[in-house]
Amino acid sequence: MARAVTRNRKIINTAVAWGIGLLIFFPIFWTILTSFKTEATAIADPPVLFNFHWTLENYSVVMERSNYGRFLTNSIIIAGGSTILGIIIAVPAAWSMAFVPSPRTKDILLWMLSTKMLPAVGVLYPIYLMFIRMGLLDTRLGLVIVLMLINLPIIVWMLYTYFKEIPGEILEAARMDGASLKEELIYILTPMAIPGIASTLLLNVILAWNEAFWTLNLTAAKAAPLTAFIASYSSPEGLFYAKLSAASTMAIAPILILGWFSQKQLVSGLTFGAVK
Amino acid sequence: MATQHSRSAARLMMAPAVVLLLGWMLIPLTMTLYFSFKKYLPMRGGDLGWVGFENYSRFLSSSSFWPSITATLMIVGGVLIITVVLGILLAILLNQPMWGQGVVRILVIAPFFVMPTVSALVWKNMFMDPNYGLLAYLWKFFGAQPVEWLSQASLPSIIMIVSWQWLPFATLILLTAIQSLDGEQLEASEMDGASPLARFGYIVLPHLARAITIVILIQTIFLLSIFAEIFVTTGGAFGTKTLTYLIFQRVLESQNVGLGSAGGVYAIILANIVAIFLMRIVGKNLDA
Repeated sequence: MARAVTRNRKIINTAVAWGIGLLIFFPIFWTILTSFKTEATAIADPPVLFNFHWTLENYSVVMERSNYGRFLTNSIIIAGGSTILGIIIAVPAAWSMAFVPSPRTKDILLWMLSTKMLPAVGVLYPIYLMFIRMGLLDTRLGLVIVLMLINLPIIVWMLYTYFKEIPGEILEAARMDGASLKEELIYILTPMAIPGIASTLLLNVILAWNEAFWTLNLTAAKAAPLTAFIASYSSPEGLFYAKLSAASTMAIAPILILGWFSQKQLVSGLTFGAVK
Repeated sequence: MATQHSRSAARLMMAPAVVLLLGWMLIPLTMTLYFSFKKYLPMRGGDLGWVGFENYSRFLSSSSFWPSITATLMIVGGVLIITVVLGILLAILLNQPMWGQGVVRILVIAPFFVMPTVSALVWKNMFMDPNYGLLAYLWKFFGAQPVEWLSQASLPSIIMIVSWQWLPFATLILLTAIQSLDGEQLEASEMDGASPLARFGYIVLPHLARAITIVILIQTIFLLSIFAEIFVTTGGAFGTKTLTYLIFQRVLESQNVGLGSAGGVYAIILANIVAIFLMRIVGKNLDA
C-alpha cells in the first residue's frame, strides 16, 4: 500500500522546497542578472530586479579588454587535456584491475585513493621548483600534467566501478571463441564501457575546470585559465559589478550545464563508490 | 580463469598509472621532507645547510601557528555542522512527494559547479560589500547598520561562503542514501504510532549514519585545503589564515622554504589522520 499523501501536504512540500531551492540558487541567478545591467544599475539603491535597461555591453567589454578568449582556451585545453590524458592512462589500469584481479588489487586501489588525500600545499614548493627547472611554470602542458595526476585516482576509481559492472561471462565467451586480448578490448569491452568512460570524462572535466590551487599558483600571464582570470577581479578599480558578473557568468555557464548532466556520477565518483 | 599470459599483460597495463602516481607521491614528498630539515631561503642566500628539527619547532612556536589551527578548525567544523545538518533536512525534504522535484534538485546542486574564485568574489562583492552588497541593503532596509562582513565577521563570512559551495555535495549524497531507505519500514512504524521525530531518530538517522560519515570525511579532506576562497576574499587577513594559507605564505610569499616545508609535513600528517578513517570505510565497501 502506498503511503497516503494528502494534497495539502504535497502543496506545502512543493512551496517549501521551491523556496529553499530558489534561495540557494539566488547568488547564481543574481550574478547572471547583474551581468545584463549597466554598472550604475548594478549598484542601484534599492536594487532592481527586472525593470532595467538590459544590455550586452558588459560581455563585449570583458571580452575585448581582458583577452577573455585566451583564458577560455587555456581552461578548455587544461581541463580537457588533463582529463583525456588521465583516461588514456587509467583505462588499461582499471580494465586490468576489474577483469584480472589479483590479491593485491584492493591494496593498489586504496593506495591510489590515498595519493588523492595528500594536501597540495604540502608539496607546493617541490612542484614549483620542478616546474621552474623543467620550464613548465606558466605553461599549459605543466597544468595538464598536474591536474591529470591529481584527478587520476578518481578517474581510475570511477572506471573501475563501471568496468566491474560489465559481466565477466561476456568476456569469457569471447575468449572461448578465440578472441585475442586486443580483440576483446576493441570489440567487446570498449563499446560496453563507453557510457562509463563518458561519465568519468564529464565529472573530471568539471573538477579540472574548477580547480583553483594549482591553477592559481603555477600560472602567471600565459597559461592562466578562467579561475585565475576571475581572481584578477579581486583588486578592482572603479565600478565593476556588472563586468565581474559577465565574466563570472561566462566562466560558470558551460560547467553548470555539464554539471546538471553529471548529478548521478557525482555521488559515486566523489565518494569512491562508497555511496551509490 | 585468468591465464598467466593475461596476468602479465594486466600488470603491464596497470604500470603507467601506478608508476606515475608513485612518482607524483614520492618525489615531491621526499623533497618536502628534505627541505624541512634545511635552512633554505631561495631569495636570501639559498641553501644554508642542515638545521635538524629547528624548522619544526619554529613553525610550532611562531605566533601565527595556533591562530592558524584555530581558524582551520573553526572553518572545517563550522562548514561541517552547517552542511551536514542542513544537508540532512534538505535531503529529507527533497525526498518528499512534490511538483517539480527535478528542477528543485538542479537549483540546490548548482553551487557545487561554480568555480571557487567566482563564488568567493561574487559573495565578497555583490553580497558582503558594506556599501553596495545586497546584504547591506537588506540590513539598511530593516534599519540596521550594515556589517563589514569580511573584516568584522571574517570567519563566519568564509564559513558561510564555503558552506554554500558544499551544501549541495552533502545534500546530494544524503539524498542518494535516503532514497535507498525501505519505505515499508517507515510505514509500519507510522502505523504503530511513532511520531515523526521518533521515526527520524530511530530509522532515518541510523540508516544515514554511514553516508554522514563519508560526507564528513570527504569534506574534511577538501576543507582542510581550501585556498581560493581565502586568497580572493581576505588574503589571510582578519584571522582567516588557515594552516594551508600559512604554509602557502611561508613557501611562496616569504620564500622561507624550510619553514614552510616543515608546516607542509604537519599538514600531511593532519590530512592522513582523517584519510585513515575514510580509507577504512571505502576498503570495507570494496569487499562487499
